[in-house]
Amino acid sequence: MKRFLYELSESWKIAVAQMRSNMTRSTLTALGVIIGIVAVTLMGTAISGIQVGFDKSMAIFGDDVLYVGQWPWKNVDDWWNYRDRKKIKTEYAEGLNRMIAMTPNSNLAIAIPTSSVYRSVKYMDSEVNNVLIRGTVSDYIITSTFDFKEGRFFNELESRGGANVCVIGYDVADALFPSASPIDKSVLINGQPFKVVGVISRQGSFLGLFSLDSIVVIPLPAFQKYFTAKSEAEILVKVKDKTKLADAKDELAGLMRHVRGLPPEKKDDFSINEQQALKSTLDPIKNSIAVAGLFITGLSLFVGAIGIMNITFVSVKERTKEIGTRKALGARRRTILLQFLIESTALCLLGGIIGLTFAFLMCFLIGVAFPSFPIHFSSKLVLVSILVSVLTGLISGFAPAWSASRLDPVTALRYE
Amino acid sequence: MMDTRDSIRPVGPVVIDIENITKDYVMGEEIVHALRGVSLRVHRNEYIAIMGPSGSGKSTLMNMVGCLDTPTSGRYGFNGRNVAEMDDDELAAIRNREIGFVFQTFNLLPRANTLRNVELPLIYAGVDPETREERATQTLIDVGLGDRLHHKPNELSGGQRQRVAIARALVNRPSIILADEPTGNLDSKTGEEIMSLFEDLYRRGNTIILVTHEADIARHARRTVRLRDGLIESDDLMTVPELESMALT
Repeated sequence: MKRFLYELSESWKIAVAQMRSNMTRSTLTALGVIIGIVAVTLMGTAISGIQVGFDKSMAIFGDDVLYVGQWPWKNVDDWWNYRDRKKIKTEYAEGLNRMIAMTPNSNLAIAIPTSSVYRSVKYMDSEVNNVLIRGTVSDYIITSTFDFKEGRFFNELESRGGANVCVIGYDVADALFPSASPIDKSVLINGQPFKVVGVISRQGSFLGLFSLDSIVVIPLPAFQKYFTAKSEAEILVKVKDKTKLADAKDELAGLMRHVRGLPPEKKDDFSINEQQALKSTLDPIKNSIAVAGLFITGLSLFVGAIGIMNITFVSVKERTKEIGTRKALGARRRTILLQFLIESTALCLLGGIIGLTFAFLMCFLIGVAFPSFPIHFSSKLVLVSILVSVLTGLISGFAPAWSASRLDPVTALRYE
Repeated sequence: MMDTRDSIRPVGPVVIDIENITKDYVMGEEIVHALRGVSLRVHRNEYIAIMGPSGSGKSTLMNMVGCLDTPTSGRYGFNGRNVAEMDDDELAAIRNREIGFVFQTFNLLPRANTLRNVELPLIYAGVDPETREERATQTLIDVGLGDRLHHKPNELSGGQRQRVAIARALVNRPSIILADEPTGNLDSKTGEEIMSLFEDLYRRGNTIILVTHEADIARHARRTVRLRDGLIESDDLMTVPELESMALT
């Protein structure tokens, strides 16, 4: 055992001396591994970034809110069965709330009607297109997770009265009021003036697909007055205890059937959606991105490994006489095998560490340049990369090291 | 051979006992009989020169004696153990502990300093770092290189390099020192210095086997074995008058 340790430390010294004396060659060979590790690490970072971004986006939907709508939140093959369903009406919320109030120990807290449409929003000469205009009641604030940058949400009085007030998203405020505060200013939506009472702080985007900051929220009566055409309603129902989500969902389904007046033999003609359902739809997509990405970047690491194998073969060839001398002095096969394995591993480890440093710097720069880009550099990733480079070294160095250890000492000594 | 003339007969225990060994090589479609039945017995503290023209089997015999190769047939006893039946690791252990190699081309590790070169056999023997440095330093002092411990081989002269190689051969206190044309790459003056170092080592009780084709070099040995066509042609001990003339020089 002690002898093995001495041989190990001796091999390390040789490996380091070897790398030093062949600086150019070692650097070029390590470059293959560096590129490989940078690629794999960045891909890993991006994947865990997607995961983080995904979770963040999911959190916006709240894990204690059920969404009653016409369409389910997943891809359906029989879309025609959903197309002809009766529209969801905002009035359902009142019925639901009455029934919730009458049910003892209900799992449901409150139902909030919402209705949405896309319109452009104007202020003076500035205009933002495709803004989500959402009409709802003042209790909407209970179901959402956002904070206010400035101002407040509209109150119950404004909500019931259908006052021309609005709460605007971060992007809308940024576009229309680049330097001034939007509070108490009037914006034009569909030609109608609405006074701004609050600005929602930045929410980011949902998986980078659509911005959650391009939104204007107004009282439902006002919405119904101006934007009924082509609007789509959705009822948000907050659950009392999120651990009993399934019970709550069943209860809500029963209430909705009652509201719709469905006889027992008919199927549900509405969909109750939740964050979890969205997750199970998107997870396979996320996973296939991860697998494909890692496979492609893994190829670059593989090319790096071939470089290491090649250079180790060259090294064995060049030092055939040295191998012969070492054998004459009493080096066993295992000793020679170990020596070359350590050399290839040291080279890979060096490449891995440099690659990791590069990847870390790049992540940092990306993080500074695009703060919204979901990038996540974890210590687990560092550990995995180091492990991967060591494994690469061992695997790519094995064939040359094995051939070195099997050399016949007489032939090796005679080699010029 | 062992005639009545006065000569110094070896008296120590037998270190090498080679009995009728042969070695065949396959070269292309031909079988080369490098050794055709050689027997050789070497006692402790002998000083032998093995001579012969190229192709005589001299190198093959040296490889056998040095446990770098195993014979096709015959028996090779080393300190009473049969080498012909040993596996690679056992042979490596014998080479490490029992044999000190000195090569014509020195074969030092170019990037390691003198001390580290000499420590190498001790590393393979599993000696701890402190003892290693102590013994390597002492051996280097013994060969007259006490002031060159941290020089790299390319900072040393040819004679100094061969001294490092000799120190490396000695450091594990082997049973025999096996030198293959040790002066072949040196000028004659440096060669003589190296030969007097061998003489010194011999007088201190070491067993030396010298492989050479130069009669001048072989003359330093006490016994000369001549090979021709894979067989021993002659095996002569130095006579007393020869010894006396040697003592005068």
